[in-house]
Amino acid sequence: MQNTIKKINTKLKTVFVQWFPAVILIFSLLVIWEISCRLADVPKWLLPVPTDIIVELYEHWNLLLGHSFVTLYEILIGFSFSIISGILIGGLIVYSKTLEKAIYPIIISSQTIPIIAIAPILLVWFGYGLLPKILVVGLIAFFPIAVNTIDGLKSIDDDLVNMMKTLGANKSQIFKKIQIPNSLPYIFTGLRIGMAASVIGAVISEWVGSSEGLGYLMIRSKPQFLTERVFAAIFLLSIIGFLLFLLVNYCEKKIVYWRTLSE
Amino acid sequence: MNPIINIKNLSKSFIDESSNENTMILHHIDFHMNDGEFVSLIGPSGCGKSTLLNIISGLDNPDNGEINISDIQSNNRLGKLSYMQQKDLLLPWKTVLDNSILGLEVQNENKRVSEQKAVELLETFGLSGYENYYPNQISGGMRQRASFLRTILTNKKILLLDEPFSALDSITRSQMQKWLLKLWKQFNKTILLVTHDIDEAIFLSDRIYVMQNNNFNSMQIIHVELPRPRTREIVLDDSFIKIKKEILPLIEN
Ligand SMILES: Nc1ncnc2c1ncn2[C@@H]1O[C@H](COP(=O)(O)OP(=O)(O)OP(=O)(O)O)[C@@H](O)[C@H]1O
Ligand SMILES: [Mg+2]
Repeated sequence: MQNTIKKINTKLKTVFVQWFPAVILIFSLLVIWEISCRLADVPKWLLPVPTDIIVELYEHWNLLLGHSFVTLYEILIGFSFSIISGILIGGLIVYSKTLEKAIYPIIISSQTIPIIAIAPILLVWFGYGLLPKILVVGLIAFFPIAVNTIDGLKSIDDDLVNMMKTLGANKSQIFKKIQIPNSLPYIFTGLRIGMAASVIGAVISEWVGSSEGLGYLMIRSKPQFLTERVFAAIFLLSIIGFLLFLLVNYCEKKIVYWRTLSE
Repeated sequence: MNPIINIKNLSKSFIDESSNENTMILHHIDFHMNDGEFVSLIGPSGCGKSTLLNIISGLDNPDNGEINISDIQSNNRLGKLSYMQQKDLLLPWKTVLDNSILGLEVQNENKRVSEQKAVELLETFGLSGYENYYPNQISGGMRQRASFLRTILTNKKILLLDEPFSALDSITRSQMQKWLLKLWKQFNKTILLVTHDIDEAIFLSDRIYVMQNNNFNSMQIIHVELPRPRTREIVLDDSFIKIKKEILPLIEN
């Protein structure tokens, strides 16, 4: 009992020590922002102060939360699609030489297309609903995940492969027992990049045309000079991004458990 | 006696990446092992001991020469000999226990049965209590023993062991040597051991190949005609010292 309390205490302490400088910095910046805007008498529609944003969050919490959930939903669905397709297609490309020749050049060259730019076309094809957003999110996150999966599956330690061969392992056993576990840290790198991109993808595809979501709320609030609402939406977006980042990190710790082992 | 491994006129060279030159490592080697024989291979670092084992195991191919292994007809020797490489090569995502049964897993053996076999040997291998640790949580000596256990559990007739005890302290090393001799006798294994320890080579072997670093076919054969079972004290014996005196000048050249 005492031991667990001690453990929790030390854990809290390390968390505190780790985050403390960042928290202090952000807080100081907010205070400077607040004071300088008030001293200079900057109008609220031009640049609201932090307390305005807090008041906005408090007063229109339900509205903001509703739109946040729409955006979060688009991200989660689109991101899930990109995880499944990215890993699957990445795996197929590495497993089959023919597929590699057929698909890999397309994947690499299509990385140069700004996915955002096709959002208007998707809007024309699929309308204002969720589908075009999910497609943009899915596509934008797909590439980093697929490319990192391929990298991870290919960057195997030849010594380990040779060791498996001396044990009599065949190609699919080596794939399953060496290449897949070896690729996991790379896949998580892809997931982190894809995750950040998918938040951007969701917001921009909402800007292009939608009737709900945080991106829509920003577009609608701007001409009404509700700048504090735009800021509140940005704040919520970063919260969404941060939570997803924590989620990816948590999964990485659980799945790539051997990387963070200690005595 | 029939040779179980027979190598004739084997050569191997590697392309040096820096100078792009072909460096010959093994020069027209003749080598054989009889059924049930315990043979050691000693020689200076870089003379090609691991290269020879890689070739015997089937991981690498010679440039020239013949290899015949009497039990194995096909050209693919991989997986048909027990081979412990110089590096431990444990999988970082598997526990000591799961690493040790990897060979059996590859052969699709029942997991429960394999684990049972491994657990029975954990004590002897000084790994009991550590079966659920991961490789980067244990010492180098323990990793080497885990790798040794993985090799032993593959349970083939021929064992190729590349410096299996190099990371062990002398007491543990001596225990593992005794255990290896027991295994060898009990199951009539054929063992090829690479070592830098001359005493170890003499103590364990029937014959010793001494490799040298010069440009000729230079495998010297030393016959160890000491009675078995041998005890530790044999290292003080005149006959033992005589063999050692034979080997030392070969190593120094
Ligand atoms: N794949 C390779 N490509 C190029 N050179 C190699 C390769 N493998 C081994 N060599 C070279 O061949 C030589 C012999 O290597 P090997 O590992 O067989 O030596 P060794 O006798 O086992 O030495 P040690 O006692 O240090 O283990 C070395 O000079 C090494 O650099
Ligand atoms: Mg070697």
